[in-house]
Amino acid sequence: MLELEGVSAAYGAVRALDRVDLKVEAGEIVTLVGANGAGKTTLLMTICGRPRAISGSVRLRGQDITRLPTHRIAALGVAHAPEGRRIFARMSVRENLQLGARLAPAANLKTNLDSVLALFPRLGERIDQRGGTLSGGEQQMLAIGRALMAEPELLLLDEPSLGLAPLIVRQIFAAIARINRERGTAILLVEQNAHHALRLAHRGYVLATGRVVMEGPAAELAANADIQTAYLGKLSA
Amino acid sequence: MLRDAAVAALAAGLLGLPLIGFRLLDQSGGEGLTTRWPELAAAVALVFTGRLALLLIDGGAVRVALLIMVAFAASAFFVPWPAQFLKVVAVGGAAIIAIRAGLILAGPRPVALAGGAIRPIGRFLPWLLVLFALILPVLPFADRGVVDVGILILTYILLGWGLNIVTGLAGLLDLGYVAFLAIGAYTTAILGTQYGLSFWMCLPFSALSASAAGILLGFPVLRLRGDYFAIVTLGFGEIIRIVANNWRSLTNGSQGINNLPRPTFFGLADFTGSPAPGHKAFSTLFGIPYSPIHRVIFLYYVVLALALAVNIFTLRIRRLPIGRAWEALREDEIAAQALGIDRRRIKLAAFAIGAAWGGIAGAVFDARQGFITPESFGFLESAVITAIVVLGGLGSQLGIVLAALVLIGLPELFRGLNDYRMLAFGAAMIAIMLFRPRGLIATRRPTAILK
Ligand SMILES: Nc1ncnc2c1ncn2[C@@H]1O[C@H](COP(=O)(O)OP(=O)(O)O)[C@@H](O)[C@H]1O
Ligand SMILES: [Mg+2]
Repeated sequence: MLELEGVSAAYGAVRALDRVDLKVEAGEIVTLVGANGAGKTTLLMTICGRPRAISGSVRLRGQDITRLPTHRIAALGVAHAPEGRRIFARMSVRENLQLGARLAPAANLKTNLDSVLALFPRLGERIDQRGGTLSGGEQQMLAIGRALMAEPELLLLDEPSLGLAPLIVRQIFAAIARINRERGTAILLVEQNAHHALRLAHRGYVLATGRVVMEGPAAELAANADIQTAYLGKLSA
Repeated sequence: MLRDAAVAALAAGLLGLPLIGFRLLDQSGGEGLTTRWPELAAAVALVFTGRLALLLIDGGAVRVALLIMVAFAASAFFVPWPAQFLKVVAVGGAAIIAIRAGLILAGPRPVALAGGAIRPIGRFLPWLLVLFALILPVLPFADRGVVDVGILILTYILLGWGLNIVTGLAGLLDLGYVAFLAIGAYTTAILGTQYGLSFWMCLPFSALSASAAGILLGFPVLRLRGDYFAIVTLGFGEIIRIVANNWRSLTNGSQGINNLPRPTFFGLADFTGSPAPGHKAFSTLFGIPYSPIHRVIFLYYVVLALALAVNIFTLRIRRLPIGRAWEALREDEIAAQALGIDRRRIKLAAFAIGAAWGGIAGAVFDARQGFITPESFGFLESAVITAIVVLGGLGSQLGIVLAALVLIGLPELFRGLNDYRMLAFGAAMIAIMLFRPRGLIATRRPTAILK
């Protein structure tokens, strides 16, 4: 589905990614864990074309997308729920979801909306409320729901658990598992919360200062105590 | 409450003592000092009343404050103030406080984000305003001057609504919008005087030429971000004015162009007592006595129709995918692009459409003035239009109307007091910024309604 080969990215002189190799197969949940500042957000952004990779290649279903602009990459079936959620605060929940649906056939709008609301019933209760007035957890649900409205084949999620209460985190993770199970959507999940993420994912990568330092089946990574002490810092139970 | 107001008045008195109370005179025999006690007393009284009204509003007695201020503004108009300047402050200040109270009564508090559910605001106010605009020319006090000010205000509303597409909806801070007004105005002026086209024939050309200029400018410039974009557009506004000043063969330079085409009654009749051969006079067409005001009233309705057309256009396009995309880009470019929105193309469309409306306003500008010079299109015009959009509350159609009424109408009321007009303008602007930091109408109406 998605294949990164030797991808490097930089902000001016600051190198944020260093020859990253990474793969996401169809129907797979892959998690990318690492400490703050490791380059996880940059990696997702680079997949979306901004910042553009300075070397290496990003391929989607075999097609080279390294140099495509962001909106073209989105049109190829990559949906991104970015860091910080970035919902449209002044627009209603319904408008947010409709904006997400631009890339899907108009005829599917109703069914897609219903299925997102079935996944996150809380959004249905707040459908005509402004996005900015939602709680953090509801905003995260809206960000994921908005991404799903495009009927993506690959979903990029950037720290969906950030700043949320444990109960809400569990709900969000359950929803992510359900999306993958029911729709077969491939998911690349970026998390600092390694414990949770590795339990959910099939495979995982550990990123440190822009480099992949470890990869493998999620269960193996979770069992490896070295990662936890060396790269993940805190281990939240 | 009264004590608080008295304290404010006392402070004003102390401050005003050196500023207003005494005046240095430059006499032939040296410098002298005169006192101006009546002026000082009036100023202190003004501060007291104003402060009291504001406290009443904060205390919840909004209706009382509104009544007091409306009465005060009305009576202040006829009181022989010791200085004209104080009259401006009294009437203007009272009007602003009254508007503030009225807005509180009309809608929710400005910080609507905290409110949760979206409430439709000002449901009746827009219709009242449209009704008032429709009947204005037949009201008893509507002489030629009033209707002419009406045309002016409507032109600014037209401009404000046009710029609102660019700045309010698409979030592009265009500080050179006057350039499109100028291009539209010169297009109509040149086509009308040199090629003999009528106003109605020129109108679409004005829209097209302004729009084309928008695309030409937008193509390279839209890749710039925020501040840089604002600066480049500001420069573009100045460039157009300078070109108009120097391209003498086309624009007649700083002398400008005279005898611009006046709108005819849809090509059926002219608004003169003695029409050109082969033409009918409007008055004979309708069998009424000739009056020069017919032309003014007709132009008023033309501008009103054009303004309403922009409004309907904007309200509709906001619900279409392109309008949604504008607002998405304004709210968050990164998120919008991730949803498949092509930033440059969508913004270019906003720029071109906004420019087209600016060009149409230019043709109207010609019709009202009858002549143009490059000096009509300076930076100040851009600043006024931008102020109307920003102070109205970015993106709010109704807010722009209110802001245009305050910022254009108020100074026109004081036209007799030349120098103080700009003061009234500045005071109105500062007042809005103080009382309504997010603009007169800060809430945004949703475009997605239940289906
Ligand atoms: N817009 C930016 N400009 C400059 N440097 C940045 C920018 N965004 C991130 N960085 C730097 O790139 C590195 C990786 O950041 P990021 O991808 O946000 O890490 P993570 O998401 O893993 O916390 C950090 O050193 C960060 O300071
Ligand atoms: Mg991050």
